[in-house]
Order: sequence, then C-alpha cells, then structure tokens
Amino acid sequence: MVCSLVRGDLKQVFSNKNGEKMVVLNVNGKKHRLDVEPEMPLLWALRDELKLTGTKYSCGVAACGACTVKINGNAVRSCVFPVSAAEKQEITTIEGLSADGKSHPLQKAWVKLQVPQCGYCQSGMLMTAAVLLEKSSNPSDQEINQAMQNICRCGTYVRVKKAIRMASEEA
Amino acid sequence: MKIKNSNFSQKRRNFLVTSAGVSGAFVLGVTFKPDLTVAANNYGPELTHWILIDADETVTVRIARTELGQGTFTGLAQLVAEELECDWRNVKSEYADVNMHIHRDRIFKSMSTGGSRGIRDSQDYIRKAGAAARIMLIRAAAKRWNVPESECTTQNGVISNSLGKTITYGQIALSACEESIPTDISLKPVSGWTIMGTSPARFDIPEKTNGQQIYASDFLLPGMLHASILQCPVWGGTLKSVDETKISSLAGIKKIVKDQAWVAVIADNWWRANEALKLLPVSWNITDNQNVSSESISKLLRTGINDESSPVARENGNIKDAFQNAAQIVDAEYSSGYLNHATMEPQTTAALFTTERLDVWSGTQNGESTAAAAAETVGIDLKKVFVHKFHAGGGFGRRVAHQDFTKQAVKIARSLPGTPVRLQWSREEDMRHGKYRPVSLVKLKGALDREGNWLGWHVRQADQSIMITVRPSAIKDGVDPVNTRCFKDNPYTVSNYRNEYAMRNTHVPPGFWRAVAHTNNPFAREGFIDELAHAAKKDPYLFRRQYLQGTKDLDVLDAVAAAINWEQKPKAGFERGIAVVDAYGSYTASAVELSVDKDKKIDIRRVVVAINCGNVVHPDSVRGQIEGGVVWALSSLMHEEINIKDGKAVESNFTDYKVLKLAETPEVEAIVMPSGDFWGGVGEPPISSIIPAVANAIFQATGERVRQMPISKLGFSFRT
Ligand code: FES
Ligand code: FES
Repeated sequence: MVCSLVRGDLKQVFSNKNGEKMVVLNVNGKKHRLDVEPEMPLLWALRDELKLTGTKYSCGVAACGACTVKINGNAVRSCVFPVSAAEKQEITTIEGLSADGKSHPLQKAWVKLQVPQCGYCQSGMLMTAAVLLEKSSNPSDQEINQAMQNICRCGTYVRVKKAIRMASEEA
Repeated sequence: MKIKNSNFSQKRRNFLVTSAGVSGAFVLGVTFKPDLTVAANNYGPELTHWILIDADETVTVRIARTELGQGTFTGLAQLVAEELECDWRNVKSEYADVNMHIHRDRIFKSMSTGGSRGIRDSQDYIRKAGAAARIMLIRAAAKRWNVPESECTTQNGVISNSLGKTITYGQIALSACEESIPTDISLKPVSGWTIMGTSPARFDIPEKTNGQQIYASDFLLPGMLHASILQCPVWGGTLKSVDETKISSLAGIKKIVKDQAWVAVIADNWWRANEALKLLPVSWNITDNQNVSSESISKLLRTGINDESSPVARENGNIKDAFQNAAQIVDAEYSSGYLNHATMEPQTTAALFTTERLDVWSGTQNGESTAAAAAETVGIDLKKVFVHKFHAGGGFGRRVAHQDFTKQAVKIARSLPGTPVRLQWSREEDMRHGKYRPVSLVKLKGALDREGNWLGWHVRQADQSIMITVRPSAIKDGVDPVNTRCFKDNPYTVSNYRNEYAMRNTHVPPGFWRAVAHTNNPFAREGFIDELAHAAKKDPYLFRRQYLQGTKDLDVLDAVAAAINWEQKPKAGFERGIAVVDAYGSYTASAVELSVDKDKKIDIRRVVVAINCGNVVHPDSVRGQIEGGVVWALSSLMHEEINIKDGKAVESNFTDYKVLKLAETPEVEAIVMPSGDFWGGVGEPPISSIIPAVANAIFQATGERVRQMPISKLGFSFRT
C-alpha cells in the first residue's frame, strides 16, 4: 500500500518548476490546481500549498504513519508519494474523514475513549484505522496489529486498539 | 476605576488577537499587525491574574504550563473551577501570555512543564486563586444586595443570599474585579470535591481527532517562509564552508543562513528547503570528538566504575564491616545507552523579527525559557519578545531546558526582518541532535548473611551528568542530583549503604527525558534487589517487603502483588516479575506476567501498575499516563538506543531508532490509589517500576538476567 518515491535527478526536480506543469489534485472532493514539481511528496503539497495541515510530517521516509492519507481507498504514507502519482486520484485527508469533523464512528470512539495525548500522530492513526475498517468491518486483533503500524510516542496504543473495536462494533 | 462592560470586553478582544497568536492571527488572510500597546496594562477583567469571567458566563482559566497530552490544560482548570464553584460547562482554558508574565514580574510563577510538576507544583496557588475569585464575587454581590457576605452562598456559578435572591458570576464579575484579592484562603477538603477527582472530557481532544489542532508546525502567517537546518554532525564542530551557488538558483529558495555550527535554507515550501539542503555542499571543521564512539564511551564509564575515590552521594552505616561479615556477596553491573525523545513533532519554531519586537511561535515546554533564549540570541529587551504557545506534539523533556531550536529560529528569522519564517527540523536532525538521556553504567554489590539477611549495599554509578550542561550549580561535591535519583533516595532500610557517583562526561549532548534517571537507575536497582532475593533464596516480593516496612512504597507494592495474585502460581508457562520505585513525589509499583519462548519472544500477558500520587485531579488522565508510561518503558527496554560512531549519532530516523508499536503493546491494568495526604507527579513515575518488573519476569522465565538495555541486543523481542 505504501508507495515509495522514485526520485529522479534532483536538478531535474527543480528545473521542472517552470509554470507549465500543473498538477490537479482531488482532495476531499475538491479539485485543486497546483504549480509544483511532480516529484514533490503529496504531504508537502497538502501542507504547504493547500494549507491542509491536519496531515503531519514526522519521519519523511514512510516509517511512522503520521502523514497517512487515503488514496482510492488505500492508506498511503503521503511523505513518499509524489503528487504526480496522486493526480486524478481520490484523496481523503483527516479534514475530510467526516463532513462535520466528528461523526465518523472512529472520531466518536476516539472522543469517547479520550484516545489522543499530544495528538500529533492521531490524524495518521485515524486515517489508517478508517481504511482498515473499510476493508474489514470487524477486524481481528491480528488485522489491527498488522494495519496499525503508526508510531505514537505518547503511547496511546492501548486506547487506539479499544477505540477501533468500539467503532467497528458501532458501524 | 470603573470601566463599562463593553469597554472591557473590547479591550480584551484586542488583547487576545494581538498577543495570544492562537486566537486569530493564524487564520489565513488576516494580516498580522503586531500591536505594541498591548503588553503593559491591558489584562482584561481579572479575578486574580488566573481567571477571567465574561458577561456570558464564560470562565477563562489561564494556564502557565504546556499541554503535552498529559491533560494539564484541563486538569489545571479543574483545580480552579473546584474552588471557584463555577459551572464546569462554562470553563475554558487559554495559555497565560508569556509577555504579560514578563511584564508583571513573573506573575504566573513557573511556566516549566517538566518533572511531572504541572499539577503538583501549581495546585496550591491555582486553587487559592479559584477560592479568592469566589470570595471577590461574593463580596461584590453582598455589596450590591447590601447583605452580609456570610449570608451568600455559591453553586454552579450562581450566588444566592438568604432572602432567595440570585445573581450569576457573569452578572457580577465586573464589579467583583474591583475587589481586592483576599489572601487568607482555606481550601476545600478532598471530601468536598465535585469537579476535581472526576474525569470531564479533555478540552483538547476534539480538535485532535479531526486535524483542526494547530501545532507550531501548522501555524501559518501570510507570507510565511519555511526553513530546514543542517547542524554539524559531530557535536562541537563548526561550519567551514558551503557552496551556495549549487542551490541558490533553485525554485523557491529564498535564502541560505550560516551560523557557527549549522546552515539553514529558507524556501517557500519546507520540502523545497529540505531538498535544497540535501544538495548543498557543506564542509565542517571537525574536532577530536570524531574519535569518540560507543566503545570509547564504555571505556570511559569503566574508568568511573573502577574509581575508588568516586564522590559519595549517600552513606549510612559502614559497608566495609558489612562486606567483611558477609556470608555471601552478590555483584552485578547494569548498563544502558543514549536515548532520544523522538517527539512525533520534530523540533519546530516560527519567528518574526522586526526592529520593534520579536515574535516566536512554539510548542515549548517552558514559554519563559523560550522568551529568554530568544531575547538573548538577538540581543533584544526581554519585554519586546512575544512567545505564542501551542500544544506540543510531544515533549518528554526535549522542549524544556534546551532551547537550541529557539535560538536557531530567531537567528534565521532575523536574517529576513519582517518575514515570518518557520524552522522545522527534519527527523534526521531531530534524531542526530537530541539532548539524550545519557549513557550509564552501574555497579552494585550486596552483602548477605547466612540467613539471607541483607547486611550492606554498595552502589557505584558511572554516567554522564545532565546538570553539568543545564545548571552546573546544582552539582554539589561532584554529585549530580538528577543522575543519582533512585539511589541517593533509595527507600530500602539496609543499615549499611554507600552510593557513589563517578561523573564521566562526553561531548554527546545530554538532557532530561521522560523519567530520565528513573529509567536506567530503577532498571539497575530493582534488577539487583531481585538478584539479592534470589541469592538469599527469598521471594522477591517478600524480600522487598522486609526492607520497606512502614513506607508508602509498601502499599503500592502490596497492591500490585494482590492484583496479580502473587501468592498463587501463574498460569503454566508464565512467570512474574515485580518492582517498586518512588519517583517525582509519587509511589509506584508494577507486576508483570509473561512467557518467553525458545526464540526469546516475550509474550506479556499482564501488566499491573499501581500509583499513589497523593491526590488525583483527573483519574482518566492518570490512567492515560500509566498506559503511555507502559509504552515508554517497554520501548526503551526493548528497542531504543542512540549509538555513537566517529563522534556522531549513528541513528537517523525511525528506520534505525526503533520504538514500540501497537502490536507489541499489552493491555494495561492501572491501580490509582491516592492516599490524599500529599501531591505527587504522574507523567513519569509509573515508567520507573515497569521497566525492572518486566526485566525481573524475564529472569524468572528464562534464568537469564538482563542487565543491559535495550534487550533487543540480547536477542529478545516482543511477540506480536
Ligand atoms: S511522515 Fe510519512 S510515514 Fe512518517
Ligand atoms: S498522541 Fe502523541 S504521538 Fe501519539
């Protein structure tokens, strides 16, 4: 599910920015035209260009999951996913998980169980969990363990597990 | 001075917009115009400097500490609301303004959020503020009604008098502001608490579930630029040269900033800045530090362990006699390496420098230190520094004492006056330039008599001092008071005891870390107590009991033993470990049940953690801290280590600095058992007993004594 960035000649990356290369991104149901290098990871297009800052940077190498977004139903680590590959795909970020920002079953369970601590990893946690539940509405412990590879330094794992269970029962 | 309600509110709104940063300045499209008139005397309708009550009944509590996820933003408000007797539904928190704090002679006292002190060190004056505000409200109401104050009562934000009249806090607040602040205050007994001791929903949770929480990493100002930094990989080295021409014409690149030991690239997008930095040819002047490695540091610690003249941190009785009379002597060495905080939000600070003032946006663990560091760096009057705080994306001690990222951010911003610039460290920089929990080697030697009674104990620690870099004056007679925690204050009543401390410093930067010395020291202490019990052919729980009589340590120890059913044998194939440690003013014990298979895969079946932190404000947050503490403890026990090679950190990201993941995390059973007679910390203490309890259970299961962290190096892993 995690796509790794094949980085071309970096000089190429920068010289490509000549204004003609527009990237069209479909994020949370809205189309955005961006004048960025095709190699720019989706994460930075979201954060620094579209100002959708709910998706977080933490490792930049697909090792932590903080930057997870949903692309065509898959959980993708956007820090290594070039915008060019995201073009014309259906992208959902944490801002688009639910229309009102609170009604997704996971968001409800997250609030009910008071899951987040510092909260920085939680967008990625939620997006990963959302994809898991879409693929497996009543996941086994094993499935949860395998899907939830996100790092949380505050150690909210115990509650994340419980909240995924709670949400899957509710859904 | 009488000021009309509307007037006051208006002033207050101005104040919030201009100085709090979080109240509007980050909204896109809003032009940020610093207002220089703000700081001096416009504080809003205060009932004590901690509390503001609006006509719409909103009670705003100012919070001086930082929300790191531990729940302080809610817990401190509970302390105030309890004494104020307001309606909890009307309470909200906001950060106490750092600049105002400075202008008013540090009126909010400590802003430091470390050492598990947020609640315990604030509770007295915060609660008194709530009680004082309540008295002021009553006085104002009594005057208005012309009745004695003694005939007025308060409940849920409403004052009533004996004639049946009522008035809300919001209606009387402005008059109450005119009352002088009472100082003779008595506080409610625990039995009277209705808000404290309960777990209302934390204020910060909803926005942390929908991407709306704004961290320092997210905050935006119009025209804000982004910077990435590269610091000299060998600490102590300096910047020799950079070839700017290689990147200066790349798209989006605005500026290259050079400093003594780092170089930063500023661009219109952080990724562009960071990619350009990777292409930038940089050379450094490297010192002899490049000869330092983990091996050479181990050798250095060895010199400390062998140093017979090491300073004495504590001594009771006479260990010489004890060892002479011993029937059996047990000795062992425990070691652990450097550990990084690796907060999920890498170090990040934004700054805007103008000739009139300096603004800094930060998830700092101490707003005041950030202001001081910023002022000193650019040589500006402290009163012209405006620090705007955000909830931090993890702290764990990284954002308290060391303000390295603050200093860098303000220097970078100074290079482009009038333009806001955010410095965001890459994960690689964050990993290689941590302020690490230092390496440690502990040698322990115990004397037992023929019956297995404990006669004497000799502990010599060799490690790298933290305080030497943070506050050298705290070091007395060569003993670091932080690094010796858990040994210097060891609660075991062994009559002959000597704790020596051999300071062995390196060029690797040390720092505070979640539970700091209460990670490696309890690992050694409680592991060794187990070794003693084993040698004495005694039960490790009962052996501890014997030497903890009459202490609060005993209560938590008994609690976990009872919960895990220590008296009864565990399920076939499982074994147990136990440990007890008091830390940060609290008492904790842990008991663990696990099995280990032939591939050294550990299956943790149960973790029981008890804490007596004296008083509990928000029980659910205490449980959350215990759960997080288990993860922190297991992560450091199993995985974490920064190795040193050629004078620099080997690990650079989560790819090689492994941390615990969800699949490895066991269920946690928390026992919160406040005795009510003191105030202790919560965020760190549980960690201290969890680490050795697991290690001791591993010994029971395998016969292998683990004396080195991380234990992945010994071939262990957690079953997933
Ligand atoms: S930031 Fe993308 S996986 Fe860590
Ligand atoms: S909640 Fe802090 S890193 Fe997960």
